[in-house]
Amino acid sequence: MQRQVCMEMGAFCFHTFSERTETDMKVEGQVRIPSGCAIAAVISREGNRMTGERIINAMKPMHERSNGLGGGFAGYGIYPEYKDFYALHLFFNERAARKNCETFLKERFEIVQTEIIPTRKITSITDEPIIWRYFVAPLKSALISQQLDEKEFVVRTVMKINTEMPGSYVFSSGKNMGTFKAVGFPEDVGVFYKLDEYEGYSWTAHGRYPTNTPGWWGGAHPFTLLDYSIVHNGEISSYDANRRFIEMFGYTCTLQTDTEVITYIMDYLTRAQGLTLEEAANVIAAPFWSTIETKKDETERKKYAYLRTAFSSLLVTGPFSIVLGFRGGLMALNDRLKLRSMVVGEKDDMVFIASEETAIRTMEPAAENISAPAGGEPVIIRVKDGAF
Amino acid sequence: MVIDATNRSYRAINNILRQSEGKFHIIGCCGQRFLGAGMSGRAITIDGVPGNALGAYLDGAGITVNANAQDAVGDTMNDGEIVIHGSIGDAAGYAMRGGRIFVKGDAGYRAGIHMKEYEGKVPVMVIGGVAGSFLGEYQAGGVIVVLGLGSAGRRIVGRFPCTGMHGGKMFLRGACGNIAFPPQVTARTADEADLEEIRGYVSSYCALFGCRLQEVLDAPFTVVTPDSKNPYQQMYVAN
Repeated sequence: MQRQVCMEMGAFCFHTFSERTETDMKVEGQVRIPSGCAIAAVISREGNRMTGERIINAMKPMHERSNGLGGGFAGYGIYPEYKDFYALHLFFNERAARKNCETFLKERFEIVQTEIIPTRKITSITDEPIIWRYFVAPLKSALISQQLDEKEFVVRTVMKINTEMPGSYVFSSGKNMGTFKAVGFPEDVGVFYKLDEYEGYSWTAHGRYPTNTPGWWGGAHPFTLLDYSIVHNGEISSYDANRRFIEMFGYTCTLQTDTEVITYIMDYLTRAQGLTLEEAANVIAAPFWSTIETKKDETERKKYAYLRTAFSSLLVTGPFSIVLGFRGGLMALNDRLKLRSMVVGEKDDMVFIASEETAIRTMEPAAENISAPAGGEPVIIRVKDGAF
Repeated sequence: MVIDATNRSYRAINNILRQSEGKFHIIGCCGQRFLGAGMSGRAITIDGVPGNALGAYLDGAGITVNANAQDAVGDTMNDGEIVIHGSIGDAAGYAMRGGRIFVKGDAGYRAGIHMKEYEGKVPVMVIGGVAGSFLGEYQAGGVIVVLGLGSAGRRIVGRFPCTGMHGGKMFLRGACGNIAFPPQVTARTADEADLEEIRGYVSSYCALFGCRLQEVLDAPFTVVTPDSKNPYQQMYVAN
């Protein structure tokens, strides 16, 4: 088993290689590829929509944090004309896989629009798979026969395609949002997907720095499920413990990349368990027991202790900084030791989040209130009601 | 010499800096890393936010930043002076073994970790605002001063300061009743002899950033030192 660990701390990247096997070139999912990375995000609290140009530019000063083996974006509010339909973005290896998958989708959904996702031919992005999107609504009859609510039905469909249909992969499945990702540097990926032609009220972005990769497009960030998307800089030590727990609840981790499991954890805690985002943050980045003991308010102390105890298998250890995108907002969170950098800034109704202040300055030179949230303290920004 | 950093890579900028000694003014800086790394004999002023590892392995040069700076400022620096007219990110002065870092505002997590000293070579870091968690973790030498100016009710340092500290000194302006230190260090109120030790550093800070020395010193200081020369001898094995 080949294993690579890339921990980007400040400017330095330490690579540790253990034994390498003869079959060096495994596909993603057979080999675990954690990543170092750059993240950035922007949101308008007023719900004003902006093109993807700004978030693409944000990635440029952080070029050295990526190595060209993965870049991606998530945009929210980009499909207003189809806002009531799930937007499924899929990669296909070949035409036959697409035909097969479309037959499967038709049995489960009303498909109101089917199209190739428009791309630009640029020399820096090559070997693209077949990339399509479908705007769909679950068939009432299918929901009734399976006794599932709509979201659970979509989740199970995504899991089924991604685990049982080789050559087909759903990489985005939310409403009025979409993920765009590829093998390449993020600034090139944004140009490839023509993100300058989309308008959203929030955007997240990621540049990936794995030490080695089979170069599969699905392995790039963001990782999404329904309206949730995650971009992540770090290396999660608790991946297997988290994965074993979350797989008991119908989620299947197909990629063995740590970010995928965080996406499913957030979906499980908030959608299935009904926790607030703040509570979910206190599960995955739970304070130390010694810190909980110092809380003066007893109710607060009991709450932290309860969250740590009830969901102990979902404590995420190891370095991470993440931005979670959701319908109407963003949440930024560092691991409790804050082993990765993350900076937040503001200007008027806009809020900016990035691995480096320079990314924020590129988006808004006059950004104010630059601050670095403490480890384990979530920063949640919501668009005002009704504006998305 | 003025260097316009716009559309220049860190390599290009550092190459210009290496070609001659003297004064440089870098304008339009935005994220270029490693600026001034390993350099001596130069005075470099930077407008804009420089990238990570500013002045890493610095060997005598002076660097002034008229903005915030990011992570790993002065990483393993040996000599020279870094002045930041703003705040700095995480891991400033990591393993520094000489020279001085002055920060007008706040420092992020892990400032001054692994600082060390040898004989006359004593690194100094003065943070004007507040510092994040793990300040001076594994500090083995040198002097860290945190003034807490403009703290507006925030703690002067986050959690777990001085963890694993086994050398050097840390000075925190204030009584620090709300700060939990590990059992292997001693935190006590600084006496006059202690304050005399940092008067020069604080005076430099005040001269750089324009504040009154007497007002800054007119407050109780807490000084933190390791308990003995080998406070951790029983932690893993007897050594």
